[in-house]
Amino acid sequence: MSAKTFRHGVHPPENKGLTEGRLIERIPMPAEVVLPLSQHLGAPSVALVKAGDRVYRGQLIAKAGGFVSVPLHASVTGKVKAIELRHHPSGRMVESIVIATDPSSPQTLHNEEPVDWESMPAEQLLTMVKEGGFVGLGGAAFPTHVKLSVPEGKHVQYFLVNGCECEPYLTTDHRIMLDWADAIFLGIRIIQKLLGAEKTFIGVETNKWDAIRGLQDRVPADLPCELVPLETKYPQGAEKMLVTAVLQREIPSGKLPLDAQVVVQNVGTVAGIGELFSFGQPLIERVITVTGPGIKQPSTLLVPVGTALQEILDYCGGITEDASQILFGGPMMGTPQYDLRVPVTKGVSGIVCLTSKQAAGPRQEYACIRCASCLDACPVFLNPTQLGALARMGRYDEMLENYHLMDCMECGSCSYVCPSNIPLVQRFRVAKGVIREEMARKKNNAA
Amino acid sequence: MSAQSPKLIISTGPFLKRPVDTPKVMRHVLYALAPVVLVALYLFGISALMVLLACTIGAMGTEWIITGRPRWSESTLRDGSALLTAILLALTLPPGLPIWMALMGGIVAVALGKYLFGGLGNNVFNPSLTGRAFLQASFPLALTTWPVHSGLQDFFRLRGDTFALPFMRPEFDAITAATPLAKMKFEGISTQASSLLLGNISGSIGETCALLLLAGGIYLGVRGFIKWRIPVGIFLTVAILATLLHLIDADKYPGPVQHLLCGGLMLGAIYMATDPVTSPVTPRGCWFFAAGIGILVVAIREFGGLPEGVMYSILFMNALSPLIDRWTQPRIYGAVKSKAEAA
Repeated sequence: MSAKTFRHGVHPPENKGLTEGRLIERIPMPAEVVLPLSQHLGAPSVALVKAGDRVYRGQLIAKAGGFVSVPLHASVTGKVKAIELRHHPSGRMVESIVIATDPSSPQTLHNEEPVDWESMPAEQLLTMVKEGGFVGLGGAAFPTHVKLSVPEGKHVQYFLVNGCECEPYLTTDHRIMLDWADAIFLGIRIIQKLLGAEKTFIGVETNKWDAIRGLQDRVPADLPCELVPLETKYPQGAEKMLVTAVLQREIPSGKLPLDAQVVVQNVGTVAGIGELFSFGQPLIERVITVTGPGIKQPSTLLVPVGTALQEILDYCGGITEDASQILFGGPMMGTPQYDLRVPVTKGVSGIVCLTSKQAAGPRQEYACIRCASCLDACPVFLNPTQLGALARMGRYDEMLENYHLMDCMECGSCSYVCPSNIPLVQRFRVAKGVIREEMARKKNNAA
Repeated sequence: MSAQSPKLIISTGPFLKRPVDTPKVMRHVLYALAPVVLVALYLFGISALMVLLACTIGAMGTEWIITGRPRWSESTLRDGSALLTAILLALTLPPGLPIWMALMGGIVAVALGKYLFGGLGNNVFNPSLTGRAFLQASFPLALTTWPVHSGLQDFFRLRGDTFALPFMRPEFDAITAATPLAKMKFEGISTQASSLLLGNISGSIGETCALLLLAGGIYLGVRGFIKWRIPVGIFLTVAILATLLHLIDADKYPGPVQHLLCGGLMLGAIYMATDPVTSPVTPRGCWFFAAGIGILVVAIREFGGLPEGVMYSILFMNALSPLIDRWTQPRIYGAVKSKAEAA
């Protein structure tokens, strides 16, 4: 099998050796979990419990706040301590349900029973996914049921499972593919039925040959599913890049994978859905990689959603003396944390601790010399040189109208290669933010 | 939980960085040129050294003064671009050039070529070639006086009016020779390819040894430090046009080998036209830019009044770069052909 890929992209050092060989390990129940009502893209969930209520592990504690929203379940058995503003990985304070764990509870699942999914029609499968509180576990945390809802008149030809994990350091999906193959295939079976798709492709980068071979050997005979080895390159795991690499088709600008007759889900999400249908477990825990040169014992952990960052770092022996940056997510697109009380939310795929050696302090910025490295890196073929020059002058409208600013997916490849250390992607984020605000204002004025 | 939070840095991603920065790119271009400089010193001795030094002092001194005479640790000189401008300028000059002229060339390259436009990254024309164009216009005779090369034994022999006083009539009577291009144009004589490759010919300081120039170019192209499409495009265009002309009239028009290896084409195509600041950024734009230079070079050499046209070709295309960029914006991922189709 030869590896497929997309055009452009970058190849940062992978650094996956720290945790690749670490089996998934369940951490002890934390004394307290903090469950923000907003752990996903879309409207916040609406709390159904109040302080003082006793809740069980897996019990519904907040309902979806709209179509693009998900319900929330208690990740431990215990007592609701408060519903109050708490630190959130995004840096803001967010309304959260705080549960004090009952130390004497056996922490069994609230409603553990096998699901008779084979007799269920597609709509009912979708409802179950929706009620399971699932979001994309790869990092974006987009509600899963929204992506799985095929609108009238649209047809899904293929289901793509994203096992690329192109972010350096992270090995979460790698471990899931090695250890949880059965859950993955059950998840595929259900999603394939739900979508009415012909076939499933699992795209995996070739730095995970063991996962590719392991899964290939275990594909059930009656399941139309194929492993696709992909070149190890960032951002191979971006939806657009994955679709192009596997199927040689492009998702039209501003459209969804659905418009290319495909649906993409992260492999961890698929495994989670497999678990939901095998014994009814909603999304209350997830696998994370705790890694980087700044952590004493790099590990792969299964943690209840809502566990505090501090708790996890302590479990891994703490951070080293010279650790200077802690990221939720990978080093290309992750978010730096400043408060160790923040909880691990549904979308956190890993914790990367960098030391002062790697962590990006302010680097000297030089003038753009128009070397075009960024053009050769941009996976959506934008012109970051020109965009950067316009951003510096604040000409955001021109960026939008003539240079396709909104097609930037903020993968950071341009910033990664820029020899002049220009924070290109950050300038584009700012420009997009300003433009969105402007649009919202115009809309309000019109209304 | 421990009460004490460690000191954590909050910054924006990506948090990893390719270990290449602008000074490193400049350094590597200088490394690639080092063998060329050494061969030039071997062939032309102290005169070439004097020109190199004068250009460097002129260029770096000018930058230092224009930027407000900063300390070294804060100086823009550290990015290496002024030194590169100086070296490239010197390599395009005749080895026997009076040093006061070389000094002026360095000053003009940085002052008019670079800082008039706002410094690194903002200039429209290649600074080195701006400096050379100024010298060519001001001192046409001195710029076309080509001393004969020799070996190391003659290192300390002056090849021209190196130490002439400014604006004085030249007194020194150097042994000069026509360059291969002049021979080709005015006498219809071709030079052996081996001589052109190795540099046993008359010419500017850095344009005689085609082989080393090419080797440096391949190194830079493979490492991704230059826009490789530009030299490749120029060589292809020149080769095709020269072959066509040669097929039409072999006596009048020399073949592609002469065109590719003579004069400033190697130096210009690999080191000047690829100046990132003054060339297009889009891949297609680079091809158009290169083709334009190639066409102009052959046209000037074959149909113009001058034996050589690399400098003017590059400067002309420099001026068109922004326009080329505008016309050759890349097709973005998932681009929809028209608004109607998108709807």
